[in-house]
Amino acid sequence: MSVVETKALVKRFGDVVAVNSIDLRIEEGEFLVLLGPSGSGKTSLLRMVAGLEKPSDGQILIGGKDVTFMPPRARNLSMVFQSYALYPHMNVFRNISFPLKAEGLPYEERKKKVEWAASIFGIEHLLHRKPRQLSGGQRQRVALARAVVREPGVFLLDEPLSNLDAQLRATARDEIKQFQRRIGTTTIYVTHDQVEAMGMGDRIAVMHLGNMHQLGTPQELYREPADTFVATFLGSPPMNLVKKDSCIIGFHPEHFLPEDVLHPETATFSFAFEVTRVEYLGADRFLYGMVQGAEGPTRIISKVPSLVTLNFEAGRKYTFVVQESDLKYFDHASGKRIPPLPFTTVEPTAQAVVS
Amino acid sequence: MTNGNYILRQVARYGLIYAIVTLFAVFAALPFFQMLVIAFKSDADFNNPRENIPFWFNEAPTNEHLTYLLEETQYLTFIWNSLLIGVFVVGITLVFATPAAYSLARLTGRQGERLGILIFLVYLIPPTLLFIPMSRVVSFLELQNSKWALVVIYPTFTIPFCTWLLFGFMKTIPKDIEEQAMVDGYSRFGAMLRVVLPLALPGLLTVVVFSFMLTLHEYIYALAFTTTSSEKPISVGVTTELVRGDVFFWQSLMAAAVFVALPIAVIYNLFLNRFVSGLTMGAVKG
Repeated sequence: MSVVETKALVKRFGDVVAVNSIDLRIEEGEFLVLLGPSGSGKTSLLRMVAGLEKPSDGQILIGGKDVTFMPPRARNLSMVFQSYALYPHMNVFRNISFPLKAEGLPYEERKKKVEWAASIFGIEHLLHRKPRQLSGGQRQRVALARAVVREPGVFLLDEPLSNLDAQLRATARDEIKQFQRRIGTTTIYVTHDQVEAMGMGDRIAVMHLGNMHQLGTPQELYREPADTFVATFLGSPPMNLVKKDSCIIGFHPEHFLPEDVLHPETATFSFAFEVTRVEYLGADRFLYGMVQGAEGPTRIISKVPSLVTLNFEAGRKYTFVVQESDLKYFDHASGKRIPPLPFTTVEPTAQAVVS
Repeated sequence: MTNGNYILRQVARYGLIYAIVTLFAVFAALPFFQMLVIAFKSDADFNNPRENIPFWFNEAPTNEHLTYLLEETQYLTFIWNSLLIGVFVVGITLVFATPAAYSLARLTGRQGERLGILIFLVYLIPPTLLFIPMSRVVSFLELQNSKWALVVIYPTFTIPFCTWLLFGFMKTIPKDIEEQAMVDGYSRFGAMLRVVLPLALPGLLTVVVFSFMLTLHEYIYALAFTTTSSEKPISVGVTTELVRGDVFFWQSLMAAAVFVALPIAVIYNLFLNRFVSGLTMGAVKG
């Protein structure tokens, strides 16, 4: 268990800056998720921490020790690749004991440890199989068992769930999170899936084009996004953004509700919402439609819970409102979060209703 | 009824396939058979092809030519020399081609591929051009008229060829796997030794077989650099000792050829598939 720190870490591939001066401190036992779309630099950052990629600039510290130029084997960490990277020519037992062999442990101890790791993931019965005889879920467990067996200081996981089918993914997510809690190893988890990130991370670092846009708990990111990128990357469906004169206002689809549903005593902000399509998803209905923004009609989405029994039809206009406290304001040019502006100054097109 | 029809059709289908395959097999085996037959033919039988069927014994078979080959020429020494040269050249080739192919396969971008092709081009320079400058090298090393000259020279074409061959194999080994090994506590060299090489084993075996073949059938360098019988490899030894002026000792020649060719044909067949896939693997991925 170690603290991992990056200091002004930079990675350039030719002219492309893949990772742009990242300062990050991952606390002991923390589960940190690096979240971002492909090409955001999250994997490069992870590979630099692993020692598989040399940083162009900056420092990496693990457990307070500068490991920037140390090879991976000197960093006491283990990694699970997206492909699981099982050794195809070894059976499961030898796969799991491979890191222990590097440490020169005698066979008896290796055997004990392999059995312990295998029992965590319930794969004791697979020890004599070859990787090609395993299913996707089993391979993933073998990869995880191989990662824990050494009891490393840091765990690095590079999209370990993306090769699993949707059903397995949910259970695997739960398993990984539980075992991480149990053994309490500092973990860095890379993913492009915001549901995974929100569900698993103690904290999430949102990355885009090499920059870290925000670092915070899932609640912080969701409630107080630092800029429009974070706002639109999280949540499903993501936050609605509507341009107003001098700023952009944002609100989550589940906060954008029919007038009659919200309590009348709260300050609200109302829109004429033209519904173009209704999607029925059981627990919720998604209403796709348009509102009038500063630069013409803007597409937005409303997520109406099944508790609301009102009927909505495509092609009709309804009055929808957002509570004032649920509105976020972003700067027009930079997309950065700004403090709330008084209603009257922002609001020429839609009617502000303060009751 | 339909069942009977089905069986009939299957029998016809497999019958046809086996007929065609048998035809080709016989066609391919015919030279070996012919060599074997000739090797044991008596002179009278062999020298009278108009009246005698060339494909079979018309007079009693004899082993006098085989005895001649074994007792009057240094046939066994030639084989021994060829084996010795082959083993050393294969060893040298592996030692050089394996790390070269590994580095080329792991070079980022397209430089690796280009360098690999450049190295392969060296193989295409014909020995007829090279043996004169090579003779200077050989005399500098004071290896004239010695099989060790061939051990030094043969790697000049086996290494480029086998580097290219192995390069194709190495490229198919996912990078993840050796990176995993490096994270799991091994150095790059350790990862190569324990993970990459075992996975490249089919490629390495192909290299062994193929570089051995290359040395075995090489003729020009062997002719140029070995003159004493005791130093000659099989390719030159047999042809120079059993062809005297315009007299060909055909039966002995055939015997000499077939006993070397048969085991090689068998081994080569076992590796042919892998060999072809090794050649194309690197090429397709460009």
